[in-house]
Amino acid sequence: MKHLLSTADLSLDEAVGLLDTAAQMAATQDREIKKLPTLRGRTVVNLFFEDSTRTRISFEAAAKRLSADVINFSAKGSSVSKGESLKDTALTLKAMGADAVVIRHQASGAAYTLANADWLDAPVVNAGDGTHQHPTQALLDAYTLRRHLRSGTPGVADSAGAVGKDLSGVKVAIVGDVLHSRVARANVWLLHTLGAHVTLVAPPTLVPVGVGSWPCDVSFHLDDALRDVQPDAVMMLRVQRERMSSAGGGFFPSPLEYSRLYGLDARRLAMVPDHAIVMHPGPMNRGLEISADAADHPRSVIVEQVANGVAVRMAVLYTLLAGEPAVPATNERS
Amino acid sequence: MSRSTAVPADGIPHDAAPHDPARPLSSDGGAPAARDVLTAAEINRALTRIAHEILERNKGARDVVLLGIPTRGVHLAARLADRIREAEPGIDTAALFGQLDITMYRDDLHRGPVRAIGTTQIPAGGIDGKTVVLVDDVLFSGRTVRAALDAIKDLGRPDAVQLAALVDRGHRRLPIRPDFVGKNLPTALDERVTVNLVEVDDVDSVVIDTPARRGRQEVAR
Repeated sequence: MKHLLSTADLSLDEAVGLLDTAAQMAATQDREIKKLPTLRGRTVVNLFFEDSTRTRISFEAAAKRLSADVINFSAKGSSVSKGESLKDTALTLKAMGADAVVIRHQASGAAYTLANADWLDAPVVNAGDGTHQHPTQALLDAYTLRRHLRSGTPGVADSAGAVGKDLSGVKVAIVGDVLHSRVARANVWLLHTLGAHVTLVAPPTLVPVGVGSWPCDVSFHLDDALRDVQPDAVMMLRVQRERMSSAGGGFFPSPLEYSRLYGLDARRLAMVPDHAIVMHPGPMNRGLEISADAADHPRSVIVEQVANGVAVRMAVLYTLLAGEPAVPATNERS
Repeated sequence: MSRSTAVPADGIPHDAAPHDPARPLSSDGGAPAARDVLTAAEINRALTRIAHEILERNKGARDVVLLGIPTRGVHLAARLADRIREAEPGIDTAALFGQLDITMYRDDLHRGPVRAIGTTQIPAGGIDGKTVVLVDDVLFSGRTVRAALDAIKDLGRPDAVQLAALVDRGHRRLPIRPDFVGKNLPTALDERVTVNLVEVDDVDSVVIDTPARRGRQEVAR
């Protein structure tokens, strides 16, 4: 694995391997001294063209816990605001000796372009590109699911007990703004690879064209889906109002109606099995797609997802950076 | 071809050949591709001796923590812990034994493909103020031990660190020496020492492989 651009590229072995590595990384984070010397002397550049709090901080923490140097680059206040192209930015990073680039960009495919345009030799990690993919979010979701649902002891979260396992037999409902969600796309492919069964639930206006070719079911009714599927996990998506042209007006009649029909609250939580967990990639719109009852419920793992994110990103950086640097002579581009 | 006799692991259990296990160092004629240097019984005796040496040196096992280095060091440490329990009944068994993965502390990570990370498990009591005995199968360059010392430093502050190895094959690259050795084994640099343990390899034995290069030349001649 040279880059991490899309969860659709990951094989089952690669995905399980990343989750297993993440479990070992998570174990080191309980220690008094959390820092490991593993990537000492390597430089990771966080290239963020789009606002992000948790993903950038999470990648920064992950790189620093592995002793890599971190350079943060955000489009605001950089030469990008003066009109510099992605190519020139990439060439600058190459000249500065970046060993890995973590990119978040508002354009779908930006990470792929950066990885495959011969501007850089370094591994590229996609930290979210437009409405396309967000592989580390999907990996941390899968890690959280595996930890809770495949630990070997029902109802007990255990990373060590889940090592080596996939997600076969796990049913996941992904609910909300699928149209604008790179998290949903990344999860559909990764969870499918890991053997889980995914049901997307969204109003027809927020279901993308071409969803029929995705390896998942689609439902327009949340109550029906929860009752019929009996999911082991309900993953709520943020309503991405910043990507909606007329302040949400174009996709559903009103926030209140959306909340009534597609919001997760205590009543709907009572419809799913007792062991089911509640997930959300954050940041949450409390009162819109998720009620405070559901967000703060004992079965909500939303805060834990953030903690797991650091371990998963450590695993990704380790996997892409720790081994031999890709040798151009022997390494076919992948 | 003279290579068939000493080939290990394939099929024939080494226990089935109880004939004079002590000195199979036949340097006569065409050098064999692989030779056994320790049998199951010898490994057993060495571990029993090391267990008692650990007890003797540390005046009991009260503050001793055995940390095995994966993969085979962990099994050796477990066996040593069993023997220490037999010798010193009433010892707190849970605090006696753990395992220490050193992958993320290696100095050669950037060579070769990405390595899988193993499990580190420290006894609940931690290692602060304890005497840690590192257990590995083969002591060679000493780089693994250096990495282990770095890993220990991040886990706590033991009172002392000691080193036990089933085989010391020499060729140290760092100023590191073992405290407890199963067998000193003078080797050539290009030879390979393999420790097989029942837990992972279905057989207990220590084998020296002469390099394939020389083997091929033998065949060619």
